[in-house]
Amino acid sequence: MALKLDPGLTIDDFTLRERLHVGGMASLWSVTRTGDTRDLLMKVPHFGEGLDPAAIVSFEMEQMILPRLSGPHVPLFVATGDFSKQPYIVMERIEGQTLFAKLKELPLDYDKVAEIGHKAAVALSDLHRQNVIHLDVKPSNIMFRPDGGAVLIDFGLSHHRQLPDLMQEEFRLPYGTAPYMAPEQLLGVREDARSDQFALGVLLYFFSTGTRPFGEGESMAAMRRRLWRDPYPPRNLRPDYPPWLQEIVLRCLEIEPAWRYATMSHLAFDLAHPDQVKLTARSQRLKRDPFSAVLRRRFNPELKRGIVKSAAIEEPDAPIVLVALDLSPDASAQSGALLAETRRLLASSPEARLACVNVLKQNRIALDTDLDEEGNSKRIERIVALKAWAAPLKLEGPRLTVHVLEAIDPASAVLEFSHANRVGHILIGARQNSFRKKILGSVSAKVAAEAACSVTIVRP
Amino acid sequence: MRIALFSDIHANREAFEASLAHAREAGIDAVALLGDYVGYGADPEWSVDKVIELRSSGAAAVAGNHDVAVQADIPGFNPVAQTTIEWTRKQLPLQAQEFLKSLPMTVEKEDRLLVHAEASKPSAWNYVANVEDAARSLNATSAAITVCGHIHLPAIYSMSPTAKMTAFTPVTDVEIPLLPNRKWLIVLGSVGQPRDRNPMASYAILDTEKAAVTYRRAAYDIDTAAKKILKAGLPPRLAERLFEGR
Repeated sequence: MALKLDPGLTIDDFTLRERLHVGGMASLWSVTRTGDTRDLLMKVPHFGEGLDPAAIVSFEMEQMILPRLSGPHVPLFVATGDFSKQPYIVMERIEGQTLFAKLKELPLDYDKVAEIGHKAAVALSDLHRQNVIHLDVKPSNIMFRPDGGAVLIDFGLSHHRQLPDLMQEEFRLPYGTAPYMAPEQLLGVREDARSDQFALGVLLYFFSTGTRPFGEGESMAAMRRRLWRDPYPPRNLRPDYPPWLQEIVLRCLEIEPAWRYATMSHLAFDLAHPDQVKLTARSQRLKRDPFSAVLRRRFNPELKRGIVKSAAIEEPDAPIVLVALDLSPDASAQSGALLAETRRLLASSPEARLACVNVLKQNRIALDTDLDEEGNSKRIERIVALKAWAAPLKLEGPRLTVHVLEAIDPASAVLEFSHANRVGHILIGARQNSFRKKILGSVSAKVAAEAACSVTIVRP
Repeated sequence: MRIALFSDIHANREAFEASLAHAREAGIDAVALLGDYVGYGADPEWSVDKVIELRSSGAAAVAGNHDVAVQADIPGFNPVAQTTIEWTRKQLPLQAQEFLKSLPMTVEKEDRLLVHAEASKPSAWNYVANVEDAARSLNATSAAITVCGHIHLPAIYSMSPTAKMTAFTPVTDVEIPLLPNRKWLIVLGSVGQPRDRNPMASYAILDTEKAAVTYRRAAYDIDTAAKKILKAGLPPRLAERLFEGR
């Protein structure tokens, strides 16, 4: 079924120009399309008799994930071709070389390592925000745009939190790149975003010392050693190694995910602010963990997956939190984001009360207060929807109230309600539709400008 | 073509009306009905009338075990289900009963198969609860996409060309691409009696051009649906569980 690929061959709208790379699972071609001036890249999986079925599955994963990604830190998706004719993915071609080209220059200056690490961490943090864990972070999967921003490539081993994971059930052995793979990945865990931190930590260690922390480690036994054996602290290899960088690198390389950074953005922050890194005993360490600790881990091989609980901040008062909800169908992503934000806020103030508010827009001021039947059923519909929205928060009794306000101007209604009820914090979504915003003005902007309390504008 | 997929309506008028409106608002071209139009809920006659109406305007519909049980007892019904079936028989006019009797067990169209429980033995009413059950069903059909319901828990399974299975619990409003290289089993949640701890009515939209499915939830007036169940003298547990979504 697969075509023989040669320069000049046309597949759908694309003409093959030059084969750029032949990898283990796929080949990369530069391609052009009539009427498209961009440099394009086509990825064509190899498969057939005797070839690794992983090639197909990882290609399918990339076909699912890449079209959903956006922003400067990933190649722009262009098109995909299915298995009935010739499978391929066409994407924007990123100019330049991957970080792999830097390997011959190692070790790099500490500041340079931090700069590269920061850019990669920013890119990964943007990927995590889009519900994707890369799971194959390594030098050959990181590139840079002309403006310096990092671009992540190759999502063939990635995990998308909201899509079926085809890799999960397909293989008994963990897939990844041996020197960079996190301990939990070796145990088959594919849902922990902190695995990407571990891989980036390996890269930082390697780039700053010239030595891989866990060696090449291609055999399963060699790979498994990282489940109990910590690497030599970088200061052991380079006596002038800055404590702040050792603190960061060893934290990324913690065997237990819970001891790494809570999120990739926290790691990015530290890499950008060396003077603000909180130094612990890690930063001074010269030796590996004592043998007793290694033995303890070795014979307690159950790698417990720690769940980081955000430290609850004690609030002395019990604020009233108002959530202004847009119930229109195109606001579903936004209401999901509002729910997540509300949950976070309520988690830190267990005594807080929540008022869910929706504004039923009126075109005129009603002279009498009797509602007509249509208005009444609309109110009930909205109350039902507000309750349904708040149900996952599982708030008991008086902690939750729902309100449908009727007004000509939604922003004024929210402001009046907040003032009258001494609301301590308003959560409101930013209007996504710019056309409506142009015509109607931004409700959230007015609320933010005129409210007496804190206002959080939430975007999905 | 965008097809709204509804299963296990179970005579819950409020939930089905809200789901239909929710789907239509999102834009649909067709409707497919996966069975269990009656049982548990208080509006069986309305439900069957609605199914007749939708079918006469082109909707596909298959029979569920509760629909078949209206005609003749099915072994294995629990006492609560049996009570509601007996009540339902008294509510349904003969014409509605005849309609339920006339429904096929499966409908096959293009590369899609619709079946209430699963494809390997549709009239045995076995649940698809895990990858083994899903594999049995997918092996029994050449259809690329099978749609079923019955278990009231949304799930999506796939089988690769080398017969490797994947299982996944769909996330509401996130479109899942149905890659053409595999066979897919779309297990719908329930419109009228969700059991995945989310009380909102559950359904899905299949986009045949994009080859993608999106699971969706519709809020509905649970208070009214529950009150009707109590008023009809049906077991109170059937009303309670609507609020809990289990």
